[in-house]
Amino acid sequence: MKNLVTVISGVLFGIGMTLSGMINPNNVIGFLDITGEWNPSLIFVMGGALMVFMPIYHLKIKPMSTPILSPNFNINQYCQVDKPLVIGASIFGLGWGLAGICPGPALTALAGLNFDALLFVIFMLLGMSVASPKRLSRDH
Amino acid sequence: MPSSDIAQIILSATLKEINMDLLLFTKALVGGILLGCSAILLLMFNGRIAGISGILGGCISAPSSDWIWRGLFIVGILIGGAIAAPFGEMPQNFGSSPVTLAIAGLLVGIGTRIGSGCTSGHGICGIGRFSPRSIIATVTFMLTAGITVFVRLHLL
Repeated sequence: MKNLVTVISGVLFGIGMTLSGMINPNNVIGFLDITGEWNPSLIFVMGGALMVFMPIYHLKIKPMSTPILSPNFNINQYCQVDKPLVIGASIFGLGWGLAGICPGPALTALAGLNFDALLFVIFMLLGMSVASPKRLSRDH
Repeated sequence: MPSSDIAQIILSATLKEINMDLLLFTKALVGGILLGCSAILLLMFNGRIAGISGILGGCISAPSSDWIWRGLFIVGILIGGAIAAPFGEMPQNFGSSPVTLAIAGLLVGIGTRIGSGCTSGHGICGIGRFSPRSIIATVTFMLTAGITVFVRLHLL
């Protein structure tokens, strides 16, 4: 049952990524390029996601002591804004702006047998494996 | 050509553009809603955060007992991408040179690992939980990505 939920959640994620246009680097770069011909569609993607996530999380999930099918919530409780967070996010932003691709869209694009996505994902995994693999407890 | 004809042409072109934008924004909104549903489902039932860099990164460093759900989620994403390909955008390439993609991939991998998340984990789940860490992270990567795009498109 738990595995089924995982797969369904993944399927929804893949459909969402593809439908939203996040998977197209032009849309992402068009959004980030505010001084150029600005493409605001990414706001609708994040807005749509938060519109669902925010109220359901705070009204439904937060009061729950355990998830429906699992013994505990695996949520990062560490809330200090520290140096690694800002440095890491900056490095990520640099890479994201460079090609207009982030992890979710890159992974989804593999479904289209996109060679560029494969190349990106391989180097992303390489980057992940060199950067402090012991920080698992703080993962998102 | 009479000016009313010209006005007609401009009007229809504008309407066409508005329609295209409307379709793009509607798809973006529906896609976003599905991303939100995905994150809710995974958290409410399995207690996991739908952060793609965390799920992928965990494949490298997590205990092997953890691999099954990570693998299943990734398989789900691929199925979802294949299902939605005819209705959404499924690019054949990313429009960057292989060298740029390799460098970008490396930076994204390192950055999301050190910064504990990406657009899905921090941007959706973290902001949605009002996590100060995620809000700061999202502002930071949006800003650096914006600066990168500005430098690349307008200064170089």
